[in-house]
Amino acid sequence: MPRKRYCMPDPSAVLTDKIIKAHITPGTRVIDMGCGDGRLLVTLRDQHQCDVLGVEVEQDEFVSAVSKGLPVIRADLDQGLSDIPDDSFDFAVLSQTLQQVRHPVKLLEEILRVAKMAIVVVPNFGHWQVRLQVLLQGRAPVTQQLPYQWYNTPNIHFMSMHDFRDLAIQGAFRIVKEIPIIGTRNTERPFAPNLRAKNVLYILERA
Amino acid sequence: MTAIPTTVNEEDESEAASNETPADPASCGLVTTQFVELFAGSEKLKLGGGQLLGPIRVAYETYGQLTPEKDNAIFICHALTGDAHVAGWHANQRKPGWWDALVGPGKTLDTNKYFVVCANVLGGCQGTTGPRSTNPATGLPWGLSFPFITIGDMVEVHVELLKHLGVTKLLAAVGGSLGGMQVLEWAVRYPDMLKAAVILASAAKLGAQGIAFNAVGRRAIYADPNFQNGEYYQTGNPPRFGLALARMIAHITYLSESSIETKFGRRLQNGTSFAYELQQETEFQIESYLHYQGKRFVERFDANSYLYLTRAMDYFDLAEAHGTLENAFAHSKARFLIASYTTDWLFPSEQSKTLIKSLIRAKRHVTYLELDSTKGHDAFLIEIAQLTEFMVPFLSSAYESLRQTNHG
Repeated sequence: MPRKRYCMPDPSAVLTDKIIKAHITPGTRVIDMGCGDGRLLVTLRDQHQCDVLGVEVEQDEFVSAVSKGLPVIRADLDQGLSDIPDDSFDFAVLSQTLQQVRHPVKLLEEILRVAKMAIVVVPNFGHWQVRLQVLLQGRAPVTQQLPYQWYNTPNIHFMSMHDFRDLAIQGAFRIVKEIPIIGTRNTERPFAPNLRAKNVLYILERA
Repeated sequence: MTAIPTTVNEEDESEAASNETPADPASCGLVTTQFVELFAGSEKLKLGGGQLLGPIRVAYETYGQLTPEKDNAIFICHALTGDAHVAGWHANQRKPGWWDALVGPGKTLDTNKYFVVCANVLGGCQGTTGPRSTNPATGLPWGLSFPFITIGDMVEVHVELLKHLGVTKLLAAVGGSLGGMQVLEWAVRYPDMLKAAVILASAAKLGAQGIAFNAVGRRAIYADPNFQNGEYYQTGNPPRFGLALARMIAHITYLSESSIETKFGRRLQNGTSFAYELQQETEFQIESYLHYQGKRFVERFDANSYLYLTRAMDYFDLAEAHGTLENAFAHSKARFLIASYTTDWLFPSEQSKTLIKSLIRAKRHVTYLELDSTKGHDAFLIEIAQLTEFMVPFLSSAYESLRQTNHG
C-alpha cells in the first residue's frame, strides 16, 4: 500500500485549498478527514480563526500535523468515526480521500453525522485523458492527476461527475454546490465539465 | 504461613532497561531527593473528605533549569507506586529513576530545555506525608487514623509545591495511569494553569474491573494477621504477605496476555520436569516472577499507603462534581494529548475514547492516538521510542505557542 494513503500528491492542491477555504465561514468549527500534514487546517486556524481538528492515519503525517500545534486524532477512516460525537462540527473536509476508502457511502453518512456540511473533493474519472487512455491504448489510465499504476493505486473507487450525482439522487446526501476544477481555474457553469474537470469539489448536506 | 520464595530470574519489567551510567551525557547524573514542609502554620490543607491536614512534608526532585520567564516547567505525576525519583541516579543504587529513559539532557523531556519536577504523592510512603508519617497530635504514626485522600488533594499539594518553587504556570503536566488521573484533575481544577496536559494509559474514572482488582488487593492486606488494623509500625512485623499478594495480583493487570505468554509461557523455573510437589510455589517461571515482584515491592512500599492510594483511585470520577465530563472540561485551556495502548486491559482504549468525545464536545484542543504495543498497561513506562515520536513535537509546539502568547 502506498505510504501516503490519505494524502496523495495533488498538483492542484493549492487551488483546491483556496476553494475549500473560500467556502468555509470564518470562526466555524472544521474537521479535516485525512488532514495529512495539516496545511489546510493551519490556514483555517490562523487566517480564518476556525476551531479545527484533524484526523489522520499515517504516522509521519500525524506527527507533522502535531508539530504545527494542531489537535489531531489518529484514526483510520475505514474504521469509522465513532469517537467523534454527532453534530460537533460546522464543516467536514474530505479532500482527495473518498475514492480511497473502502465504504465511501458509509463515510459520507458518517461525516454528515459529525458535521452539518461536507466539503468533498474527488478526482473526476470522466476526464477526457482518462477516457482516451482506456479507449485508444486499452490501458488503465495513468495521468498527472492519477499518477498510479493499477497495482499500486490508493484509489479503489472510480467515479465521474455523473456517477456522483446519481449517488445523490439515490438519497445518500444533497449536493448544495458542484464546482468542477478545470486546469488551474474553477468555474461554476463550465462547458462539458465531466470531460474537462480533473477534480470536482462538492458541498454536501444531509438529504 | 508460607515464606515468600526468593528465586529470582527476571528483572523488574516495569522499569525500562538502561545501560546508562550517571556519567553519561544523556543522564541527569547524580540527583538527590529534596524535602519541603508545606501547609504549615494556620494554612492547613482542606481535604476532599472535609478534614484539615498540615503540615505536609513533600519529597520531590527537579531536573534542568527554570527559565527567567518561568515558562518551561513540566510536572510529572507518578502512578500508584511510583516516587519522586524520575530520572538520574541516587548514590549507591544500581538503577536510575523510574522514567529515566524519558527524562534527561536531549531526551524526550529534554532537561536542557525544560525544568522537570516530580513529587511523591500525598498519602504515599516515599518521603511525602502519608499514613506512615508521625501524627503531630500523638507523636505516633498515623496508621489508619490518617485522613482520607483524594486525587484532588494530591493535585493541591503539587500546586503548593510549585508555588514554593516559584512556578505558577506549567508548560505541561504529564502522567500515566493514576498519574494521568492527577493530570486530568489538574486541568479541570486549575483551568488556566496548564498549557498542555499529557495523559497516558489513563481514564476519567476507574472502571468496575479496576475497582475489583483494588478491592482484592486491599482484602489481601486486611487478611494478613500482621496487619493489626494498620498499627504494625511498632511491631516490626508489617503485613508483608498481604502486601506482596496485593502486588502480585496488581502486577498481572499491568501486563498483557500476549506479553506474559511470550515472556514466560509454560516454562519451568528449575529443570524440565514437574516436581509433583503441591507446595512448590515456584514451579513455573511466571510464578517465580510474581513472587519476586511481591518480594521486591514489600521492601519499598507501605501497606497502609497502598490502601489509601488505591481507595483514592477508586473514588476518582472527574465528571462527578460537574454533572458531565463535557462540563468538567468546559473551562480548561490546556491542550490535551491522550494516548492509550492496544493491549491495556486495566485502562482500555475505550476509556480514553470517552475522554476524547467529551473533549471534542467541550470544544477543547485534543490530540489522541492509540498505540500498538504488546506490553499491556505497563507500556507507557517501557515503550519510550513510541512516546518520543509524538511527545517531542507536541511539547515543542505547545512551548512555542506559550512563548508567543507571553511575548505577544
